[in-house]
Amino acid sequence: MIVVNGQDSDVRAGETVAAVLVRMGLDAGARGVAVAVDGEVVPRADWSSYAVPEGAHVEVLTAMQGG
Amino acid sequence: MEDVVTSDAVTSDAVTNDTVTSDVLTIAGTRLGSRLLLGTGGFPSLELMAEAIAASGSELVTVALRRVDPTARGSLVDVLADAGVRLLPNTAGCHTARDAVMTARMAREAFGTDWVKLEVIGDEDTLLPDAPELLRAAEELLEDGFVVLPYTTDDPVLARRLADLGCAAVMPLGSPIGSGMGIRNPYNIALIREAVDVPVVLDAGIGTASDAALAMELGCDAVMAASAISRAQDPVAMARAMRAAVSAGRLAHGAGRIPRRHYATPSTPEEGRAEFA
Repeated sequence: MIVVNGQDSDVRAGETVAAVLVRMGLDAGARGVAVAVDGEVVPRADWSSYAVPEGAHVEVLTAMQGG
Repeated sequence: MEDVVTSDAVTSDAVTNDTVTSDVLTIAGTRLGSRLLLGTGGFPSLELMAEAIAASGSELVTVALRRVDPTARGSLVDVLADAGVRLLPNTAGCHTARDAVMTARMAREAFGTDWVKLEVIGDEDTLLPDAPELLRAAEELLEDGFVVLPYTTDDPVLARRLADLGCAAVMPLGSPIGSGMGIRNPYNIALIREAVDVPVVLDAGIGTASDAALAMELGCDAVMAASAISRAQDPVAMARAMRAAVSAGRLAHGAGRIPRRHYATPSTPEEGRAEFA
């Protein structure tokens, strides 16, 4: 099971970060978005090649209004 | 309503951004045409936020980083890009140096800026900064090449420690975030201005325009306002008021106020007074 933003997901091990973003309704290169897998930032340049491993915790963050 | 406020007696001179008077705020080598920083939190809509940003004249606005919400409408990033402002990502909600550092790294990736408004919160009720964690996070981020603007208490010693580490500015609070209680310890804010060589940005606690003017009169280099504008009944009008207040306070600080006295000092000369028999 791969957890995305705290929720169990249908993402399968080996899918790329870009594929995860598309599943979430985002563009594969969405601007204003950052991704971490198991506590490490995945650089934008690696999104299309980085394969998410089994059991991974993925965080997909974006801009939110805030002071 | 809008027009009434715009055509008010405040002349355009009073609210002109500082670039015109060549009194420019520089943070980490970047020149900013306004001494008002704006927080984007709390606006009821993105449209109103964009209008308020324009009215404030601010060129540096904060954004937070949160999990993607697939149901969110409108893109904050797009609206801010259209506004032509520089982004200052914050680490709001972080309680440890580790979380704050990770959030800053994510923000750098998301927004392509190495600037960060560093917040490490130590208490849920007051949202006051956690000094040891703040210093730890600042040190780590500075080593990692970030331009760090820490949200700090009004403690001059802590501010100096942060500046000594290499922070690009310090952002002392006037009073707790969102409290609108203004500047509770003006004496300390003035001491901070004396204690550090980097810009001092009064952050948190601003309730209305006079608070912003006071911050500038105390010698602060800039003021950051969020809730005071976004949660005002008319955020656009308040943005305009803050802009004028920051400008007025800056001018007054440079002008040099008269000393406070206990008794009256006549401004009209005694000499030449008539004597009516």
